[in-house]
Amino acid sequence: MRMIIIRTSLLLDVPVKSAFNSLPSYIGFIPILLILLVPVRVLGADGEFSLVIQDHRFQPAELKLPAGKKIKLIIENRDATPEEFESHSLNREKVIAGRSSASIFIGPLDPGRYPFIGEFNEKTAQGVIVVQ
Amino acid sequence: MFGTAVIVFREVLEAALLVGIIAAATRSIPGRNRWLGAGILAGLSGAGLVAAFTDVIGALASGIGQELFNASVLGIAVLMLAWHNIWMASHGAELAAGARAVGSAIRDGKRECSILLIVVGLAVLREGSETVLFLYGIAASEGSGASSMLSGGLAGLILGIAVGYAVYAGLLRVPMRWFFTATGLLVLLLAAGMASQAARFLIQADLLPSLASPLWDTSATLPESSIPGMLLHSLIGYDARPAGMQIVFYATVLVTIAIGMKLANRSAPALQP
Repeated sequence: MRMIIIRTSLLLDVPVKSAFNSLPSYIGFIPILLILLVPVRVLGADGEFSLVIQDHRFQPAELKLPAGKKIKLIIENRDATPEEFESHSLNREKVIAGRSSASIFIGPLDPGRYPFIGEFNEKTAQGVIVVQ
Repeated sequence: MFGTAVIVFREVLEAALLVGIIAAATRSIPGRNRWLGAGILAGLSGAGLVAAFTDVIGALASGIGQELFNASVLGIAVLMLAWHNIWMASHGAELAAGARAVGSAIRDGKRECSILLIVVGLAVLREGSETVLFLYGIAASEGSGASSMLSGGLAGLILGIAVGYAVYAGLLRVPMRWFFTATGLLVLLLAAGMASQAARFLIQADLLPSLASPLWDTSATLPESSIPGMLLHSLIGYDARPAGMQIVFYATVLVTIAIGMKLANRSAPALQP
């Protein structure tokens, strides 16, 4: 009974301290997870295409891509502010910091129109990928 | 202002739903409010840091740093939610019955609280950093008043938190008999949905094959941009156009945690009436 009382009082410890005390039991999973994430680029793309963001607009606003191929899409943000490339139809989203480039892998895609937006400036930043 | 509110709402919703469900699921754990609060605060400060270092993170690992970061954050959250659910399966009933003095349950209860802190912190961190970047972008561009941005952001924030709270309050009304089944199921689906999102980031970074992209397309009947689509996306990981690999991740996590819960439940000490 005495033991139980002591343990109950431990619950009132400072949260941060007890968080560290109890870490080792599950923290062991994390390295395994990180190892799984080591970039082993075995896949690769069939082609590279680029888009530019300037004044919160995409250039070109319509990009033609070949069907059935995996594409590396390089997006250069020339604005000072960040932008989020988002496309529900492509199932992709990525934040691109101001004055920097980012790449996204898409496809292989079926022929059709795939709209995308810059989520942070949705009014002007609109474009479409046309796959043929 | 309206546009700002919608975007902030979308980001806040995902984190708020998770916090609401987790807060309900841990209602009987002593001291959980402090842990939740600490998790939210840690997440907010982390969000600011992540937002400030977006370009650095993005440039890591030859340009796929952001995907790796998101997938890792999601992956860790999945592990924590799995641990939470399996722990709840073996101790939840004791806690509910008020048998809090059981030594092992209390010792594990503290561990459970630190899990709580990490899960909530990570959710706030992920969604918060995007919100910070978005608001920063608006504030920095010309033509839009700062006050309009502030009120829009605030409206989105309040609305998001309100939905999260509604889920929390709704769950508390579930009769005790079904309560742990209900919250356990919700957490299980949350974890599976996060695993599917992690897979999507790894496909986007070209670290995983997509298998089939998309496996199905329900965007015409239930678009992800609609309110029900948004809610389902946050709650059960609904995706209108998922890649095959996302479903593999979803199903694997779902089945693994469910088996873990079953095993833990079976080995749990019998409850006195």
